[in-house]
Amino acid sequence: MVVLDAPGRPLHSIEQVFDTVRMVNPELAEIVERLRPTVLSGERTLPVPEALRPVFPLGGLARGSRLSLRGTGAASICMHTVAEASKAGSWVAVVGVGAWGWAAAARAGWSLERSVFVAEPPTGQWGTVVAALVDAVDLVIVDPVHQVSATDARRLAARSRERGSIVVDLAVDDGRRRFRWPTEADLTLTVESTEWAGLEVGHGVLADRRLRVGADGRRGAARTRRVELSLGSNGALSVIDPAISPAVVGTPAVAAVPSGRHLRAV
Amino acid sequence: MPSEGDAPTRTVVVWCADWPAVALGRPVDRPVVVMFANRVVATNPLARALGVDLGVRRREAQRHCPEAELVERDADREARTFEPVVAALDDITPRIEIVRPGSCLFPARGPSRYFGGDAELADRLTLAVRRQLVIPTAVGVGIADGAFAATLAAKRSAGMEAGGTDVSVIVPPGETPGFLAEFGVGALQQSGPSSPDLVEVLVRLGITTLGSLSALAASDVVARFGAEGAEAHRLARGLDLRPPRLADPPVDLDVSHEPDPPLERVDQAAFVAKALADDLHERLGSRGLAAVAILIEATTTEGHTVERRWRHDGALSSTAVAQRVRWQLDGWLTSTQGRRSRGAGALARLRVRPTEVVPDVGRQMGFWGGADAASIRARRGLARVQGVLGSDAVMVAEWRGGRAPGEQYRLVSVDAVAVAADESFDLAAPGPEPWPGRLPDPPPALVWQRPRRAEMHDAEGQMVRVDRRGGCSGEPARLSIESGPWQAVVGWSGPWLSDERWWDALAHRRRARFQLRTVDGTAHLVALESQQWWVEATYD
Repeated sequence: MVVLDAPGRPLHSIEQVFDTVRMVNPELAEIVERLRPTVLSGERTLPVPEALRPVFPLGGLARGSRLSLRGTGAASICMHTVAEASKAGSWVAVVGVGAWGWAAAARAGWSLERSVFVAEPPTGQWGTVVAALVDAVDLVIVDPVHQVSATDARRLAARSRERGSIVVDLAVDDGRRRFRWPTEADLTLTVESTEWAGLEVGHGVLADRRLRVGADGRRGAARTRRVELSLGSNGALSVIDPAISPAVVGTPAVAAVPSGRHLRAV
Repeated sequence: MPSEGDAPTRTVVVWCADWPAVALGRPVDRPVVVMFANRVVATNPLARALGVDLGVRRREAQRHCPEAELVERDADREARTFEPVVAALDDITPRIEIVRPGSCLFPARGPSRYFGGDAELADRLTLAVRRQLVIPTAVGVGIADGAFAATLAAKRSAGMEAGGTDVSVIVPPGETPGFLAEFGVGALQQSGPSSPDLVEVLVRLGITTLGSLSALAASDVVARFGAEGAEAHRLARGLDLRPPRLADPPVDLDVSHEPDPPLERVDQAAFVAKALADDLHERLGSRGLAAVAILIEATTTEGHTVERRWRHDGALSSTAVAQRVRWQLDGWLTSTQGRRSRGAGALARLRVRPTEVVPDVGRQMGFWGGADAASIRARRGLARVQGVLGSDAVMVAEWRGGRAPGEQYRLVSVDAVAVAADESFDLAAPGPEPWPGRLPDPPPALVWQRPRRAEMHDAEGQMVRVDRRGGCSGEPARLSIESGPWQAVVGWSGPWLSDERWWDALAHRRRARFQLRTVDGTAHLVALESQQWWVEATYD
């Protein structure tokens, strides 16, 4: 079946249809709706802790999506993000992150009876193994140390959409090189800054942490959301400031635009 | 029409309704509901009449029937109480195979000819079983071509008996496909080996009866559904799951054991059963085989031999074999009928022989249903991953307790952890005991499996050293991990000295630990051991 996105011009692949935000043709939008795979599972999202809800466009982890976590503190944010879903009954698989701190995960609220660790598969089998895990569990956390092939990435995306599973990719800073994924994640959370409290010079212990987490959707489809979080030594995650709107943070003050010029939304 | 070599064996199935409830021995005038993994797996007729269906959750069952007694399933007891029933049927035919407590089957031709016809045979069976039942229940006898059809026939017969008429369902030879056609595809899952996923997909595709499934071309079914679909298609057409085997498995697959002293008590049986099952599993596994049916044989000190066959829908896992051997030994050792049949003397020699083997196409999971769908799906998928990467590649974190972050939780292979009844793993939980010298919370998010070599210098560029009493040679100022870029240290605390296993020359370890944070916001747990700095964990 050949899908046209404008009279006479075929699309390269069906997947591009899902990626495109702008619909050139209203009929195409209708075709896309009919082709969209049904989410088999009950709900469209998995729950996340209340403090993190502002950064998720749907208020939770969108089933069938890929979440990317970057920055110092990404591992802890990952643990907290997944904790609610794990408590609610979802199974989680951590692939190849040998340094995963299970005490920290348990502290964040993971149900360890429904969490498994899978040793890093050989590069050639990585795609097959992760695909099998996507079928098996709701959340698969990966940290590939090799370049993920476009085929593997597409296959995982399709499988996870069909199954309603979520792939979370990390890039642990262990001195080894990491590669960019061939496709963009549906949502990227970046820990932009971390501030520890409690450890002074020569005394004290690491206690509470202040993190700023920013969320970006695909190709700028969703506007960057940000939230300031406090992660206590007891594992409690709470919001410090309400979500700061992107127009205020980080961008220079918007000057008056002389008439005749048009602003383009990014 | 099935071809000559493919003709299914004419089989008799005897099915006792609600066996899990019957085995409990509760009187019939009170509703009884049997639970497993928080779901209802069996009810007695009274509870069913009051509205409790199979598969509902505990709360829903209580809502329908508040006065019902909710009891946890006791598989051991079910097997033990079924042994006398099977022993009674031994007089009618020697080749009985138990499928699960409450249901057994055997080939029909011989006994049928001996007793003068299928109907006479069925009557005898019903009578023999009834006599053994302490708690009356519906008994169904079904005779048809193939075990699957006979099972459906037996269940229908039990259903009719419960309704008042005492009839066995006998499907005349050759009419089995017609008999099967009207059953829904759900029967493949309830009375057959198919998974609920397959049934769900078939229903969604509009294939709701076995007749419509059998009407499809076998090649199409295999192409779409694979081996599982091929199985289901064979069953729907009235064929046996596997063509009748041509030769017995080689004798060297048998395992035997001579317990010393001879077995007399039930508590010894569990250990012996596990040993036998593991041995058998290893022998089969080394040839890439799995057992579908086994023969358990015991010889007493007096020289008397008893045997029992067990059959399963799919391949028997090591746990499944161990369980059946344990049940069988239980039955022989405890029940009066069992004791009578084995005569005097303890069990001196045990033998388990696989009577039917198939190529091992994957790992087995728990065979009792009723667990929640997510766990079943996870277990199945993880088994597939184990098949690709090896059984030790899938691990779970088990609490061990310890001081250092890496010691508190250890990864153990999934198989090594006892799989609890509800398909989730039964792991030790953190205990309340304090661990003196334990590092303070919060625990670090990344605990390096191999500590990372590092350099720690003070403001003068000298390596920071720590003496025996915990005095530092200088204040930590810069850190470089694995010859990486130098990071300025903006906060640090320590040393926390740890002197472990001082009594053991080999395992003695003396470490000085520090927490520190660098200018970019990262925090680490570092340790100095034998004049070398290591990053043990990172608070990512």
